Amino acid sequence: MTMKSSTRQIDGVTIVDLSGRITLGEGSVILRDTVRELMGKGSKKILLNLGDVNYIDSSGIGELVSAFTTVRNQGGELKLLNLTKKVHDLLQITKLYTVFDVKDDETTAVKSFTK
Amino acid sequence: MSHENRVSYTLDSTLETVNSAEATASQLASEAGFADEDVMKIAMAVREAAVNAVLHGNAYDPGKKVKIEFEQTNRGLVITIRDQGKGIDLNAIPDPTSPENLLKTSGRGIFLIRSFMDEVEINPSQAGTEIKLIKHVHGSAAGGKEASQ
Repeated sequence: MTMKSSTRQIDGVTIVDLSGRITLGEGSVILRDTVRELMGKGSKKILLNLGDVNYIDSSGIGELVSAFTTVRNQGGELKLLNLTKKVHDLLQITKLYTVFDVKDDETTAVKSFTK
Repeated sequence: MSHENRVSYTLDSTLETVNSAEATASQLASEAGFADEDVMKIAMAVREAAVNAVLHGNAYDPGKKVKIEFEQTNRGLVITIRDQGKGIDLNAIPDPTSPENLLKTSGRGIFLIRSFMDEVEINPSQAGTEIKLIKHVHGSAAGGKEASQ
């Protein structure tokens, strides 16, 4: 299953709903292009909803890190929402869970962005 | 294929090989009786090793092949992946969980492989790198067919 991406806006926060696999190749490229496009449009509050992402490999993890640092380096915020157990465990193993700001409730997540 | 419990594939250095290796690992691990979580770990470890072989070892060179062998033994499932690259420098692989490396965008593949498998042997040479991944059998489910050691 390849990855799909769609975006929506709530209170100035861009929520990116991702589904499928973020792996070397198509999935990683879609994530990279989506974040670049949002940054290009001036969106600096980005919430990646990973609730329907059932698989991430090391390339996908690298792409999440890249998105996080890209947004942060341009003065923005990127947070993660609704991690599946697999993705949660992967971020724990790689010690990235505390690097990312991880949320499990969309409303709370949206409110947590800097006004 | 040269043994009842052993199957090997010689594959091109492409992303399709990575996906195929992962799918085959998942199928064989499942058939061998591993629990779903272990099947996922084995498949992911094989995917990461295949990525290393295709991307870092053979560098997508169409003239170089990746050989993948699956063997079911009384110790568990043994998977060997060989590339024809220059050979990985094991001393040059930093710990991706060190604070200074946490925000690097690559370098987690071998770490994940070691996390997911019970034994990992990496043998680099000038003719390429061979990585052997072993997942032990817990209980008797995967030990039905004994293979030579």
